[in-house]
Amino acid sequence: MPGLLEKRREDREEAEIPTAGMADIAFLLLIFFLVTTTINVDTGIGMTLPPKLDPDQKPPPVKERNLFKILVNAKGELLVEEEPADIAQLRRRVKKHILNYGESPDLSDSPSDAVISIKTDTKTPYSTYIDVLDEVWMSYREIWTQIARTGQTPQGESVGLAKTYSSYQEYYNTLEPGDPNKIRDAFGAQISIAEPDTGD
Amino acid sequence: MARFQRRSTDTDPEFTTASLPDIVFMLLIFFMVSTVLREQNIKVRTRLPQAEALTKIDQKRLISKIHIGPIKTGEEQGETAIQIDDALIEKRTAIRNIMYNKLQEQPKLIASLKVDEESEMGIVNEVQQELREAGALRINYSSNRENPPE
Repeated sequence: MPGLLEKRREDREEAEIPTAGMADIAFLLLIFFLVTTTINVDTGIGMTLPPKLDPDQKPPPVKERNLFKILVNAKGELLVEEEPADIAQLRRRVKKHILNYGESPDLSDSPSDAVISIKTDTKTPYSTYIDVLDEVWMSYREIWTQIARTGQTPQGESVGLAKTYSSYQEYYNTLEPGDPNKIRDAFGAQISIAEPDTGD
Repeated sequence: MARFQRRSTDTDPEFTTASLPDIVFMLLIFFMVSTVLREQNIKVRTRLPQAEALTKIDQKRLISKIHIGPIKTGEEQGETAIQIDDALIEKRTAIRNIMYNKLQEQPKLIASLKVDEESEMGIVNEVQQELREAGALRINYSSNRENPPE
């Protein structure tokens, strides 16, 4: 009898799990994850807040002429250098202030001294604040693009770029994390968010 | 002629599909790992403003999100609230402790402020003061691209 059993087993084909449908199952799962995946990159306007003020220590003095004051009131109206102004003019005026090089007595001594100060009211709409901040950053970006195109600062000093780029963004995209940003090192942006009034 | 005849007797050439599941599984595992199914249950509405001078944050692990906007309550809008992680912040002064603890874990932390465009600056300033107290000075005003890229 054992012999017979053995014989029958040998006759039988080897039992196998059919794997033909495996790929279909995997594809189905793959398509599900493909559809649900969102590879989104966070974008925004980067800022660095000023460190906490020591009550005994006074903020560093900034010469009046170097400070470019932008005030935004509760209605979203602008007061630029003590005069009502329009946001459309802002970019041009900020650039003029930064690139003054001591020419006009009311504007900055040099780009590294220039400080753009933005002050808001409690009821200022956030979108207006972002618009103003965006305009100020774009003023700097336009100058940086100029540097990226020529490889020189507006005063003609070389910033040490290996080649020229068509825009600052293009140069920025070539940087690896940890690389020094030569354009921003040579021509830094100083944008200050003014202390809010403490209501007294 | 004999050569041609011999060829016809050969078995049909076929692709081996045995490794197909392996390839597909590899892709599958990649997408499974990179998928974030549900990030957070965001209880406030944040319609982001639009801007031009944007920077990208490539290192996602540095980001800590702070949502500011009106509470979603069905059709109507509630009052403006702050949400960090999964919880709404009741007391504004609690933010400094939360952010301080996060900063201890990740010293290069970037606080991404996702603020609804209809918010007012008062609440944003308050949050910024709290961030300064905590020492979390790197912030990012999250906003979307204004014009389609050229």
